[in-house]
Amino acid sequence: MAEYETHIVDVLIIGAGGAGLRAAAEASAMGASTAVVCKSLLGKAHTVMAEGGVAAALGNVWPEDNWKVHFRDTMRGGKMLNNWRMAQLHAQESPDRVLELEQWGALFDRTPDGRILQRDFGGHRYARLAHVGDRTGLELLRTVQHRAVDVGIEVFMECKIVRLLRDSEGHVNGAVGIWRETGKFIVFGAKSVVLATGGVGKMYKFTSNSWEGTGDGHALALWAGADLIDMECIQFHPTGMIWPPSARGLLVTEGVRGDGGILKNRDNERFMFNYISDYFKAETSDTIEEADQWYENKRDFRRPPELLPRDEVARAINSEVKAGRGSPHGGVFLDIASRRTAEDIKRRLPSMYHQFKELADVDITKDAMEIGPTCHYIMGGVRVDADTAAATVPGLFAAGEVAGGMHGANRLGGNSLSDLLVFGRRAGIGAAEHALSKEGTVTIDQEQVESIAKHALSFFDNEGKENAYAAHQALQNTMQELVGIIRTESELVRARGELHDLNERAKVVSVEGHRQFNPGWHLALDLEAMMAISQCTTLGALERQESRGGHTREDFPTPNNEVFGKVNMVTSMQGSEVQIRREPLPVMPPELQELFEEAH
Amino acid sequence: MSPESATAVEKNLQMRLWRGDAEGGEFTEYNIPAQEGEVVLDVVHRIQAEEAPDLAVRWNCKAGKCGSCSAEINGRPALMCMTRMSTLNIEEPITVSPMRGFPIIRDLVTDVSFNYAVARRVPAFQPPKLAEGEVFRMQQVDVDRSQEFRKCIECFLCQNVCHVIRDHEDNKESFAGPRFFARLAELEMHPLDTLDRRRLTSEQFGLGLCNITKCCTEVCPEGIHITDNAIIPLKERVVDARYDPVAWLGRKITGKPDPTPAAVAARFAPETLAQQQEARSAGRIGTHPETSGAGTSR
Repeated sequence: MAEYETHIVDVLIIGAGGAGLRAAAEASAMGASTAVVCKSLLGKAHTVMAEGGVAAALGNVWPEDNWKVHFRDTMRGGKMLNNWRMAQLHAQESPDRVLELEQWGALFDRTPDGRILQRDFGGHRYARLAHVGDRTGLELLRTVQHRAVDVGIEVFMECKIVRLLRDSEGHVNGAVGIWRETGKFIVFGAKSVVLATGGVGKMYKFTSNSWEGTGDGHALALWAGADLIDMECIQFHPTGMIWPPSARGLLVTEGVRGDGGILKNRDNERFMFNYISDYFKAETSDTIEEADQWYENKRDFRRPPELLPRDEVARAINSEVKAGRGSPHGGVFLDIASRRTAEDIKRRLPSMYHQFKELADVDITKDAMEIGPTCHYIMGGVRVDADTAAATVPGLFAAGEVAGGMHGANRLGGNSLSDLLVFGRRAGIGAAEHALSKEGTVTIDQEQVESIAKHALSFFDNEGKENAYAAHQALQNTMQELVGIIRTESELVRARGELHDLNERAKVVSVEGHRQFNPGWHLALDLEAMMAISQCTTLGALERQESRGGHTREDFPTPNNEVFGKVNMVTSMQGSEVQIRREPLPVMPPELQELFEEAH
Repeated sequence: MSPESATAVEKNLQMRLWRGDAEGGEFTEYNIPAQEGEVVLDVVHRIQAEEAPDLAVRWNCKAGKCGSCSAEINGRPALMCMTRMSTLNIEEPITVSPMRGFPIIRDLVTDVSFNYAVARRVPAFQPPKLAEGEVFRMQQVDVDRSQEFRKCIECFLCQNVCHVIRDHEDNKESFAGPRFFARLAELEMHPLDTLDRRRLTSEQFGLGLCNITKCCTEVCPEGIHITDNAIIPLKERVVDARYDPVAWLGRKITGKPDPTPAAVAARFAPETLAQQQEARSAGRIGTHPETSGAGTSR
């Protein structure tokens, strides 16, 4: 019998990034007893790494902007695979969510008349991103963190959730975790559980994600019987650092391009003009002269091709490098030095200036940056109801990156921070309403707890030499090489085979040492989640025989709107195997459909 | 690989990492080949992956944005992810030890819960009432000051080096430390905040104990001028609040509330160190028996 402590709450929130803390604030305000559990210390979540801004049609810089334009940009950026209702709610509610942050103490950069300043970003028709220099994520996280502390929410820090608990009807009613510090078990009973665990980047070798991005929430949902959708849709951000090797993958904000930065190849050519797809031709400049005038005059000129959505730019960079026109370390050049004054660059992009100076010895006010694509964000995730954030298993909710649908096949920059706020709040409401309407008390099934605890401890008993770090690296290599930015059937089939073998390896990982703060053990547990999620991504990538947004198939290079444009790829557990099926996308009502028929 | 990297690869690093727990420990030496362009955290990770899988170390972003990997490198407090190996003399052994100002949990991981306990006691931003449809108007020049403090990544290096608490554990009860003076200054200088925290700052957070040695400013990886821009102006304002009759009259007229007494004290009562210590020795920190209470636990 494993020893553990038990806590009973109405709403348990897993994850303390922007979505989790926003959900917590709302659930608590509705009168539900609420607890937050997170893998790191409070305030360290991956949200702090968001740089450029939070997208909201406030119309402070361009009064022409409104939710309909934002909605249209989001759907087109997502290649129409988005859940239209989520995109609608997001566009309608994000301005209020941003203004609410000011009520909680956030300090955004200002316009000359004292309102919130907004900046340009790829795929957004108007300057729409409320920001604080290039550290907007930190501002957002600190604000909701202070709010959560102020309203008195209990946070269980450095605690890793291993599995969800379910009642006799299959409803989610709690979770089992381990305290990282002591290695002891902790059990939560909860009428509602909100997943807000972020992304999956750590299954790739080169990623902008922090160590926590191991797909925990995706896997917890999958294991609890919930559906995941479109797990093949993964965003490779076009501008990650590529040099030095240890910094490879670190994010370089899209704000560099929004503020005037341009992309060049080895021959000093501004190559993006060669990659304007028909889909975006009408709204993109085709000459340097026009592009350069757009920054000051958005009415008469079209946007520069450097500000196409991220999937388009990442593919273009990949093609330039493949054609032998790359930079010395296998990327391309991002140049802001020749475009803006040193003073402007340091004021608007202080973190980038600091990051390159400290890590690469490059002064971005004098020299171009070397950059290339890096795994950044998963659009796919837990299948949810748009209005309530409810997953397909009762009692389970999801918000933020772990939820799927909002961003379709590709996410626009700035739409993630707004997603956190809009759907974090909605998940808080959904979870609290569900919990408060549910009668009776939560009963914890001791047998489930026992079996989860036994499983978690089994890694200490495994004999043999399988090392968690080596198995993780092998997984990252497989995913990077075979399920990366450009995919093809033969490689995906190979990946499926390799993942099968790796899964067997991950099961027999043996952990050295004891239970107290043992990163080897924590990685063994994270690895289980990453293994499950890699299989979902690979299956989805095989099944979606087209190219759309963040999913590019070399053997099917164009979108297939008739077949794949109309379906979500749904993965779920059938017994011990991950299965995939197609399900039709929700159909947009005619009044919203009309927005896409108007000329731009 | 570029030609200059070839020479770097041949070098061997002698890394001395502190291993142990609250009971005690010692430096363990790991010899590992140098690689080009690495930061200290990369080397620590390689040691973890290849030689010491249970080596405890905190880290998140590896980009200087989250403030998790604070440690003392050759005795100098710094973020491991932002300290390039090329800035250290690799001919000599390199030591990496946990922050000295906090109790050790294991290896390079320390117990920083003190900071979270103090954070709970800082009264949050209190906005003015807005009319329906009205939005905040603030000039950039007026938010610049508070924005500087909001750059803080909470690495707690300033808390670690502050000698008021580094060498005098008992001061933790009455002294909040530089991170929280920056937070209080941020709120104090927020153009629209309506709460006056000046008496609280001196009476409960111990601002007066700081004698401006600037150690905090020197170690701040974000380059925040904690002493010059937060602490000194706060000290001036606190003095004004206490002794300046004009300021007192001003408060009476503008009605900006001074919250120190009963109401706030009741809500933000400090958990004394003694209580925390007792909780820890009883094994209750990290194992909260009740969830009804507010707070932040580890």
